[in-house]
Amino acid sequence: MAREKIQDRINEQSPWQQITEGNKIFEAATSRDFYTGEWRTATPVWESEKCKQCLLCTPVCPDSSIPVKAGKRAQFDYDHCKGCGICAKVCPFGAISMKEGK
Amino acid sequence: MAIRERLSGNEAVAYAIKQINPDVMPAFPITPSTEIPQYVANYIANGEIDTEFIHVESEHSAMSATIGASAAGARAITATSSCGMALMWEELYVAASNRLPIVLALVNRALSGPININADHSDSMGARDTGWIQIYAESNQEVYDNFIQAFPIAEDKRVHLPVMVCQDGFITSHGVENILLAEDIEVQKFVGGYEPEHYLLNASEKMAIGPYAVSNYYMETKRAQRQAMVNAREVILEVAARFEKMTGRKYSFFEEYQMEDAEYAVVIIGSAAGTCKAAIDEIRSTTGKKVGLIKIRVFRPFPEEEIAKALSKVKAVAIMDRSEMFAATSGPLGAEVRAALYQARMAPEVVNYFYGLGGRDITVSDFKTVYRNLETIAKTHIVTDMYEYIGLRREQKEV
Repeated sequence: MAREKIQDRINEQSPWQQITEGNKIFEAATSRDFYTGEWRTATPVWESEKCKQCLLCTPVCPDSSIPVKAGKRAQFDYDHCKGCGICAKVCPFGAISMKEGK
Repeated sequence: MAIRERLSGNEAVAYAIKQINPDVMPAFPITPSTEIPQYVANYIANGEIDTEFIHVESEHSAMSATIGASAAGARAITATSSCGMALMWEELYVAASNRLPIVLALVNRALSGPININADHSDSMGARDTGWIQIYAESNQEVYDNFIQAFPIAEDKRVHLPVMVCQDGFITSHGVENILLAEDIEVQKFVGGYEPEHYLLNASEKMAIGPYAVSNYYMETKRAQRQAMVNAREVILEVAARFEKMTGRKYSFFEEYQMEDAEYAVVIIGSAAGTCKAAIDEIRSTTGKKVGLIKIRVFRPFPEEEIAKALSKVKAVAIMDRSEMFAATSGPLGAEVRAALYQARMAPEVVNYFYGLGGRDITVSDFKTVYRNLETIAKTHIVTDMYEYIGLRREQKEV
C-alpha cells in the first residue's frame, strides 16, 4: 500500500482550522515527499561510460541525490537534486557535466 | 489555610516557582529580576525542588533553551527584565508561534537608552505583538497569584501559548509587603501535573517542530495562532474562577475600583494603580467627586469590549502609559483603549498621559491633578493636549 503523504492531509487548499497547532508535523523524513528538484536551474548529467565508480560524488552531495546500490552509484535523484554542481566539480574523470535548465 | 508572610515581589515569584517545581529553568541574571533565578538556584541547591537549572550565556540562549525544554516535553520557565528580554526578541515569537506553554517572570524595567534600571513598561509593551499572553500586577500578592494562574492558562488545550507574568521593577520586585501564600499542596493541586499531548522526547510519536512555512501556509498558521489568543479570554476567566475558589481572591481582565458611579476614570497598568486608589479614596471622602479607576491586569489578549463597557458611563478618561511607542501620538495603552471606545461608538473626553518613565515617581497629588484636569475637560470639552506628561520638567513659557 502506498504510504500516505503529508500533503494528502495538509496542503495549499487546507483551511486554517486544519493546520496543525504551531505547524507541528507528526511524521519523520517528510522531505522526500516534496518535489524540490523543481528549484533546479542547472542539471548534472552523468556519463556512466566515463564513470569509474570511485564514489567521490556521493558524499559531497548536500541533498543525498546520488543513490548508491550494491556499492555502485546509480542515476541522479532528479526529484530532489537542486543542481548545485558540487558533484561535477569533484568528479576526477569528467563523468558529470552541468547542463543549463532542468 | 493560607500562610501569612512578608515577601518582596521577586521572593513571591520564586516561592511560587518552588511550589510549582517546574522541570527546567534556563535563566541569565539581569536587574531587577536577578533575584528570581538566584532564589530558585538556592531552593535547588538545598534540595527543596528538583528543577533543572541551566546556566546560559545570554538571554537569547535562556529563551532558546526554555523553548527547547518546552518542546521536549518539560514544564519550562525563565525570568528576565528590560534589555534581557530585548535579547530574547526573536525567540519570543518562536515560543508563541510554536505554541509552547512557557511562563516568563518579567520584572518590568525601562529599555535603553539612556540605560536605566528602574520601572517602566517599555520592555513588555515592546513585546506586545509577540503572541504572548501578558498579565500585570499591582502588588506582590497579585504577582504571586498571577504566577500560579499562569501555567493552567498556558497549558490549556484551547490556548497553548506562553504567558508573561509582569511586575514593576523595584516597586514590587524589591518592595516587601504582607502576602498570603497558598499551601504547597493546594498550589500543586491547582496547577496540576504536566502531561503534554505531543512532545519531542515521546519515543512513540514522530514529531517535528518549527518547520519552514511558505506563503501558502503562513497566513493560515497565524490565523490559528490568533484563535488561541481569542480562546485565552475564556480560559483566563475560568482559571481565575478556580483560583477564587482556592483563595477567595477575585481576578478578571481588569479591576474596577469605584467605577459603579464614576464620572472621571483613570485607566492604568501596574503598581501605580495603588497610588491612584489612595487618591480616589481621598477625593471621594473629602469632595464626594465621582472618580474611579480601571486597572488592566490582562493586556494580551486585550479586553476591548469589556473596557469599553466599563467606561460607558464616564464623562472623561485619563489613559496612563508607562512607556513610549514614539508614534508621536499615543502610548500603547492610550491607542488601544481609544480604539476600544471608538469601536463601541463611545466618545468620552480622553487624554493620554505619559508617566513614570525610567522609574519617575508618581504621587497621590499627581493623580489628584489628573482628576482635576478630567473634570475641567468634561466641562469645557477643550483638550489642550491629548498627549500629556506627568512629572515632566519644562520651561514655563507656554502661553
